[in-house]
Amino acid sequence: MTDTLLRVRGLTVSFPSANGPGEVVKTLDFDLARGGALGIVGESGSGKSMTSLAIMGLLPKGAERTGSIEFDGAELTALPERAMRSYRGDRIAMIFQDPLSSLNPYYTVGTQIAEAYRSHRSGVTRRQARAVAIEAMERVHIADAARRVDHYPHQFSGGMRQRVMIAMTLSMEPELIIADEPTTALDVTVQAQILDLLAEIRADTGAGLILITHDLAVVSEVADHIVVMRDGDLVEQGTAERIFTDPQAPYTRMLLDAVPRIDDEIGLLRTLTEEAR
Amino acid sequence: MTDTLLRARNLVKEFTVSGGGLLGRSGRFRAVDDVSLDVRRGETLALVGESGSGKSTTARLIARLIDTTSGTIEFDGREVHALTGKALHAFRSEVQMVFQDPYSSLNPKHTVERIVTAPLVYQRRPIPGGARAFAGALMERVGLDPDHAGRFPAQFSGGQAQRIGIARALAVSPKLIIADEAVSALDVSVQAQVINLLRRLQEEEGFSYLFIAHDLAVVRQIATRVAVMNGGRIVETGDRDTVFDAPQDPYTRRLLAAVPRIRPEWDAARRRNEQARREREEAEL
Amino acid sequence: MIRFVANRVLGMLVVLFLVCLFTFVIFFVLSPDPAVQICGKNCTPEAIDRIRANLGVDRPFWTQFGTFLAGLFAGRTYGTGANAIECAAPCLGYSFQSSQAVTDMIVQRLPVSATVAVGAAVLWLLAGVAGGLLSAVREGKFADRFIAGLTLTGMSIPNYVLALSLQFVLVVTLGWLPFPQAVPFSEDPLQWFQNFLMPWIVLAIGMAAVYTRLTRANVIETLQENYVRTARAKGLSPGLVWRRHALRPALTPIVTIFGMDFAGLLGGALITETVFGLNGIGKMAADSITKNDQPVIMGVTLLAAFLVVVGNMVVDLLYTAIDPRVRVGSTA
Repeated sequence: MTDTLLRVRGLTVSFPSANGPGEVVKTLDFDLARGGALGIVGESGSGKSMTSLAIMGLLPKGAERTGSIEFDGAELTALPERAMRSYRGDRIAMIFQDPLSSLNPYYTVGTQIAEAYRSHRSGVTRRQARAVAIEAMERVHIADAARRVDHYPHQFSGGMRQRVMIAMTLSMEPELIIADEPTTALDVTVQAQILDLLAEIRADTGAGLILITHDLAVVSEVADHIVVMRDGDLVEQGTAERIFTDPQAPYTRMLLDAVPRIDDEIGLLRTLTEEAR
Repeated sequence: MTDTLLRARNLVKEFTVSGGGLLGRSGRFRAVDDVSLDVRRGETLALVGESGSGKSTTARLIARLIDTTSGTIEFDGREVHALTGKALHAFRSEVQMVFQDPYSSLNPKHTVERIVTAPLVYQRRPIPGGARAFAGALMERVGLDPDHAGRFPAQFSGGQAQRIGIARALAVSPKLIIADEAVSALDVSVQAQVINLLRRLQEEEGFSYLFIAHDLAVVRQIATRVAVMNGGRIVETGDRDTVFDAPQDPYTRRLLAAVPRIRPEWDAARRRNEQARREREEAEL
Repeated sequence: MIRFVANRVLGMLVVLFLVCLFTFVIFFVLSPDPAVQICGKNCTPEAIDRIRANLGVDRPFWTQFGTFLAGLFAGRTYGTGANAIECAAPCLGYSFQSSQAVTDMIVQRLPVSATVAVGAAVLWLLAGVAGGLLSAVREGKFADRFIAGLTLTGMSIPNYVLALSLQFVLVVTLGWLPFPQAVPFSEDPLQWFQNFLMPWIVLAIGMAAVYTRLTRANVIETLQENYVRTARAKGLSPGLVWRRHALRPALTPIVTIFGMDFAGLLGGALITETVFGLNGIGKMAADSITKNDQPVIMGVTLLAAFLVVVGNMVVDLLYTAIDPRVRVGSTA
């Protein structure tokens, strides 16, 4: 058993077009330690979401993926689709940005939470699946889980829906959770609750986390290692403390200058003022 | 001339919630509940709150985009909801709005020149110096290239499109600009530039902002005073630093505590490192 | 739920009342005097007055309309004394041409139209959904483009052209089907089936084309949904992703349209029935229009309106059963 849970080398995602391949992720390298929390930060178009989909093997049609993605010693890029499915939802789980549209409106949350469990384990009875769903909902602190398990997504608030999404990943005890902007659509008080919940679950299960976000303040609170991306390029990476105290790349320094701080009105971003004109 | 530009008192807005069909029981939902606020000349009043707090509805009431259920709004000494004819026309140009999504609030089939001169055209006012020159000057003021006056909104980035929205608001020399989550959809680097632009324009023109936002860190950068809304009510109003540093209301405290922060000691260390770097670079020269 | 159903039924009654009112205004107030028509060539003013009194058209509008409505629900009596004719509910009046009760005429012909509608509906639903699914699975490939070509053709050929050419090819040239003649099912099931086969196909082709396009578009759109991505992220097999997460949301809207289309068709397929000589509601409507037989036209119109409104309600109720967002309100 190695210390590295996920090892990504030379990951490139491109969309072949008439004028040659358009690369949205360019030769990306990073490692995630077992139980570690990696933050991938970037603005829109940085390729951070494509990176997460590439790891899951869920890239949109037409996208090409090259390079190496090693998960727990297994080369994911070499796996046939069928074998990859046994990783998805079981050992690697994903949480998406918009919990409402990410849940199917036609099925109860219980059905959807237990779905992964039922499809990865054979011979699961309805009763067992339901028990699994209720337990997962209790673990994400949804009150009255035994009753709420039969409710539909539209009957939950935004924050509760994201809890349901997290419960969905929990039924299989994944070793890696990829969260793509999990709190971006949520109010700030709800965001704080969801981030706490993710921390609690990681402490409980020892799962590794990849947090994809545009929000530097959020990533500073969650990640121990940070990857900064821009236009598909890896700008720089390092420990959270190093990135936030001694950023090397001009882009990272600019980003950190640009983040509005709540504790202080720092002459908003002197460095930017000229650029703005 | 008083110090207060806008004075809203006991604003209430109720919406009817239909139960559906002929037998459906319809209820009433109070989106804005007894809201009073003042916007002084030249200041920025930030109206902050989470989704459903009623902040956007309040902005719409003040802009007279929707009617109040009860309450009064006085703008520059006149009752806004009693205005008609010419006076209403004048009000419409004195109060301008900038919205969250620049693309959906700009007509995609019109050139920038047409968009930014439209408020004058609607008001049947002459365009000083002609449309081309006027649009060019406005674009320069918001940091856009005047040569791009013939382009369409889709040809601009999000930040640039938002600048077009701001230019349109400036065209009629407003006294109050209502910015409804105007920088929320922008990437952080672009957001900083637009915040800077908004502040610079205010310094130059002396107009007021009613700044609707959910992002408290942004509010800290731009507000003079802050009003915190929750459940349709204003729970706390005060000078920016007082509200941020010594919040009185429990909800305000909870809201502030929930905001994610970059550790201040990291920021301090970064500034030290930045300083050292600069000194090193200067020594090398 | 009960409130919801009650709401729908009440709404339906209101709509039906308005339909009755408008139809009544159009046919009995804005149309030429029916008495003149009934009376014929050798007519005296007295005779016309007598007929008008019999029909009740000499009375004020609201009285007439009231009598008409009463006739629908409780029956009415035409004429007085020995000449009085009892018209049982639902009374739609008597044909000017055949003096038959319109209600009876409809009841006689409804089974034919229903047979045409049901058969065609089964055909077009099967073909349309299957074609749409195949098209969506093979999006952009040959099968998809081939089906797109077929649907375009199917939608562009007018019914009567299709009906006549089909009859010419299958009956006259190839002789695969016997010349249609009215045979009850109990007498000769094969001939009965052969009789209806062509109308079914003719009606189904255009509709199948529409349903193919609709299904294809819905499925492709649903596959883009975030919850389909979630299902994939859970490691579900493609079959399960399809069956559970793509098909149900994609096919639900089809229920709505199907209900309306089917109800509309029950009220008679005017052209198809006429071309194939089927004695259904559609043919009756066509005949009554050419002869300006107002009570019959009105009866058919009301029937069609009734079917569409009822069909709409059934679809609504069905929808609540299918879509939990309608069935259970938000509690959050």
